[in-house]
Amino acid sequence: MAKMMTPAIEKVEKARANKKISSGISPTIAAWHRLRRNKAAMISGAIILVFVVFAIFPSQIAPYGFDDQNYSAAFTPPCSEYPLGTDNLGRDILSRIIWGSRMSLIIGIVSVVIGLLFGCVIGAVAAFYGGKVDEVLMRIMDVFLAIPNMLLALAIAASLGTGLGNMLLAIAISNVPRFARIVRSSVLANKGMEFVEAATAIGASNSRLIFRHLLPNSLAPIIVQGTLGIASGILCACGLSFLGLGIQPPTAEWGMMLSSARQYIRGNWWMVTFPGLTIMLNIGCFNLLGDGLRDALDPRLKD
Amino acid sequence: MSVLLEVKNLKKYFKVPAGTLHAVDDVSFKLEEKKTLGVVGESGCGKSTLGRTLIHLIPPTSGEIWFEGENITTVKKKKLHELRRNMQMIFQDPFSSLNPRMSVSQAIAEPLKIYGTEKSKADIDRKVRETMDTVGLASRLADSYPHELDGGRRQRIGIARALALKPKFIVCDEPVSALDVSIQAQILNLLQDLQDELGFTYIFITHDLSVVRHISDEICVMYLGKVVEYSPAKELFERRYHPYTQALLSAIPIPSIDVERHRIILNGEITSPINPKPGCRFAPRCNVAKDICFKETPELKEISPCHFCACHFAGVNLDDKNNNRGGI
Repeated sequence: MAKMMTPAIEKVEKARANKKISSGISPTIAAWHRLRRNKAAMISGAIILVFVVFAIFPSQIAPYGFDDQNYSAAFTPPCSEYPLGTDNLGRDILSRIIWGSRMSLIIGIVSVVIGLLFGCVIGAVAAFYGGKVDEVLMRIMDVFLAIPNMLLALAIAASLGTGLGNMLLAIAISNVPRFARIVRSSVLANKGMEFVEAATAIGASNSRLIFRHLLPNSLAPIIVQGTLGIASGILCACGLSFLGLGIQPPTAEWGMMLSSARQYIRGNWWMVTFPGLTIMLNIGCFNLLGDGLRDALDPRLKD
Repeated sequence: MSVLLEVKNLKKYFKVPAGTLHAVDDVSFKLEEKKTLGVVGESGCGKSTLGRTLIHLIPPTSGEIWFEGENITTVKKKKLHELRRNMQMIFQDPFSSLNPRMSVSQAIAEPLKIYGTEKSKADIDRKVRETMDTVGLASRLADSYPHELDGGRRQRIGIARALALKPKFIVCDEPVSALDVSIQAQILNLLQDLQDELGFTYIFITHDLSVVRHISDEICVMYLGKVVEYSPAKELFERRYHPYTQALLSAIPIPSIDVERHRIILNGEITSPINPKPGCRFAPRCNVAKDICFKETPELKEISPCHFCACHFAGVNLDDKNNNRGGI
């Protein structure tokens, strides 16, 4: 390369040396820049972040404990002392919502992570090896897909018993086939690309091909589906708890709060309204963030 | 000079719903060390399949491939891994042949990491810079991603990746056809310089005749999976026997307005490579075809020293009128 240096090039080189100009914008960073321009997604992300903070430090943030009972203050409507009112046992609803975010987010995120782990491996292996392996794996996934998510989770929870662990497992298992299909189609699309052939030619092993070349390039739809999956996981967990198959009292959980408030709905609107709104807000935010991520990661919209 | 690569009766058939597709049919050749074999032919004649079969990206149907005096037609996984160190490929499309999520240095470091030739991270880094320097990539581009670079630079990454392990043999699958003409010349010169410095042996697949003339020592002309003519490059541009080669070479533009050109226009389209009929594959489009051409498959015969041609009438009906039509 010629070492001709015009003043302009020199300036750029100096700036590069001082790290003022970032040379090398990876696709991930480019996607982040695009996401930052999407207001709805950023606001949703901020709200989700608030709930994540709630989930991590509930004892510092919540004015009361999740099971602090004050019978003399039962059924208090929203007031300065209890901003969102109290329930039938005199527990502060705001505090229970804050404590409840821990359960909901754990369930949403962990079930998606477990689902993704299995889904990615199953989908990638099916797509990579094709043929009989693909047939067998995908038919098994079809069997799971044939049963509605909620029903499958219900059946697993009913047969294995209630509790956090079983509910996580139930939701994760019902997530696996969906993720497996998405990963499979995404890997299939990338498998025909020349860079995979190039990696084979430089001697990459099958696992290196899958985990270093194929999966990283198939991440976009997985991230989007994962975000949406957290929303549906939270909803599913609330549903199970509402039916009494999920988290057991006195642990605070949004679905369970709804369920126990059901009988007091007539005179005490705040008992169902606020947990309900919280669930709606979270699901909405995760969906908006997922949509924003899809737009940011979709290469067809790349500028 | 010793023979580096020898191919004997190599065949690659694909099973398709309509029958058997003869992508590469009975191809044989020898390639000496530090030489370049140009493979020419129109789209779909099986030249890329040939290249991919040679470096075991797709397994051959039958035939033999000998590399450094060793039969490598069927090899175990471990042996194949060793072989790939010495056989690399440069791909046609510099856009899709690079992993979009790997920076320049990562892409070039990948083969080094796979083979563990360099021990420490610093060693890998040094080797990557060295290789980038060899192919003319500025070291400030090390952290750039393929989508930030132009076609010529991307192709240099592809070349750097192929030669990072210092292979003996490189298949170049139309490495310049996706590039601008000015960049084409740069890349071709780079490839030739590298051959002089590092002693590579190339198989250069292309449909661009001026490129093949520029770079090849020997040329092999393919038509529908068959080698129709095989000769030293110089010889082929002086004398050609096969009607297809004649037509092909007559298509090279001549940069002079005074020379009268005689284009040989071929009628019809390339016939289907699925379940081909016996006889010469070129016969339906050939202007000298006789009955025998539709019945008997012509063998590759040595017409003049080192110059092979698969035509029933090669050398026989060597009418000068036809042969000079190319006007080069």
